[in-house]
Amino acid sequence: MTRRPGKGRRQIALKDRLAPVLISLASVVLVFGAVAWFVGTAEQWPRIQRQFFSIDAMIEAAPGVARGFLVSLQIWLISLVCIGIWALVLAIFRAMSGPWFAPLRVFAIVYVDLFRGLPALLLVLLFGFGIPALNLPGLPKEGLFWGGVALILSYSAYATEVYRSGIEAVHEGQGMAAKALGLTQWQTLRYAILPQALRNVVPAMLNLVVALQKDVALLSVLGVRDAVREAQIYTARTFNYSSLVVAAILFLLATIPLARLTDHLARRDRQRRLQGAK
Amino acid sequence: MNRIEIEQLTKFYGERQVLDAVDLSIAPHEVVCLIGASGSGKSTLLRCINGLTEFDEGTVRLDGVDIYDESFGRTGLYKRIGIVFQAYNLFPHMSVLENITLAPIRVHGRDRREAEAAGLKLLELFGLGQYARAYPEQLSGGQQQRVAIVRSLATEPDVLLLDEVTAALDPELIGEVLKIIRDLKTSGMTMVIVTHEMGFARDVADRVCFLDGGRIVEQGNPHQLFSKPENPRTQKFLERIIAAGRLEATV
Repeated sequence: MTRRPGKGRRQIALKDRLAPVLISLASVVLVFGAVAWFVGTAEQWPRIQRQFFSIDAMIEAAPGVARGFLVSLQIWLISLVCIGIWALVLAIFRAMSGPWFAPLRVFAIVYVDLFRGLPALLLVLLFGFGIPALNLPGLPKEGLFWGGVALILSYSAYATEVYRSGIEAVHEGQGMAAKALGLTQWQTLRYAILPQALRNVVPAMLNLVVALQKDVALLSVLGVRDAVREAQIYTARTFNYSSLVVAAILFLLATIPLARLTDHLARRDRQRRLQGAK
Repeated sequence: MNRIEIEQLTKFYGERQVLDAVDLSIAPHEVVCLIGASGSGKSTLLRCINGLTEFDEGTVRLDGVDIYDESFGRTGLYKRIGIVFQAYNLFPHMSVLENITLAPIRVHGRDRREAEAAGLKLLELFGLGQYARAYPEQLSGGQQQRVAIVRSLATEPDVLLLDEVTAALDPELIGEVLKIIRDLKTSGMTMVIVTHEMGFARDVADRVCFLDGGRIVEQGNPHQLFSKPENPRTQKFLERIIAAGRLEATV
């Protein structure tokens, strides 16, 4: 419940609130204006501008880079779905107690240790070049597919840990109450623990979502024509790097709103908890 | 036949012995209060009765059958012995009615509509009908604890275990919870109650057991135990309780 300030209070507050806003605005304009002025008047600036920020080159490279960016987005979305599911399965393996589930638990622990300990680039190279080279019958041979698999395997390790922290953050009394009602271990997870855990992990998971969006660029080493690869192709042809800046802008356009959303959700979650604790 | 028979119950947490060969029998419709200082083993004893805590030695029998007997199946015991916790432990993401119908539907395979009708009836019986669609965080502590009691009654248990159910409540909310427990006693429910509310224990219990160091040091009817305790440890405990103003001294 929010308490609205009375009319008199608001009038006083308005003046008090305006001053800090004006000071912030003025100092931001001053600092960034000064930086822009120094950079813009520097002797080397025209060369830098031609190399990185050439409008003509950007326009010329944009269609190719944008097409590549769509490929990046597709890989990103498909990987996200796979990671979300696979990591949840692993986290559930990890959460099952009792001797019968020991193999699943051990598998999940070893999996996380292994894939969290290896650089994503190494996995992309290993899977993307290595497996197609085996020429195994019945399996896809595109580097894109196996590179995507490598990303999914790698990121699932992190996502498993995020899920696990969410599961462990649910109060132990919840599991005890479920057990006392006669729910099986699986039912306890399914009905009592996971719904709360999933809500807990949204902010942390969105961080991974942002990170993955960038790491899709790793697949460019396999020759996948994503945004980065397309930009490189343009650069190789023209010796102008503006195309990479176009790719950079596209990445930022996608990640910055996501990062803001993450912050917003984290803040809302904290407020909800504080209210709950009251 | 006794409803619950506990024999030589022994439990260790690591090196520390929390229960030391406890014997306790509870008759049908009897209300037994377990009192004692923190760490005396009373909550552990309570949780051993429905197998929520595993014990190292001894036996617990319900109507003459070992609680680990296969005839109970996996869920039979939990159906017949309900438990209510100090921190309510309601599921915060479920409405009151969903909390109450979870076990009847998922564990005991009852039809959803039938379970919901039964749940609503039970809620109304305890004056909680208007909260059926509310979520736990929208309720006061006293209301949440009453819902938790109703949840444990939804499977129609024969025995109810209450683990310091008023300890987390503000003083003005304790009364409404204690009233429910009194009503349950009137209706003939067999109950084992761990409590720090000495006045309540004196009123509601048929028998009070004082635990110290994992043993039942003294037991008897409440008036005898509270006014003329025989064991020096019981006397000392009650003196401290009276000094803290949590029980009027009886002459």
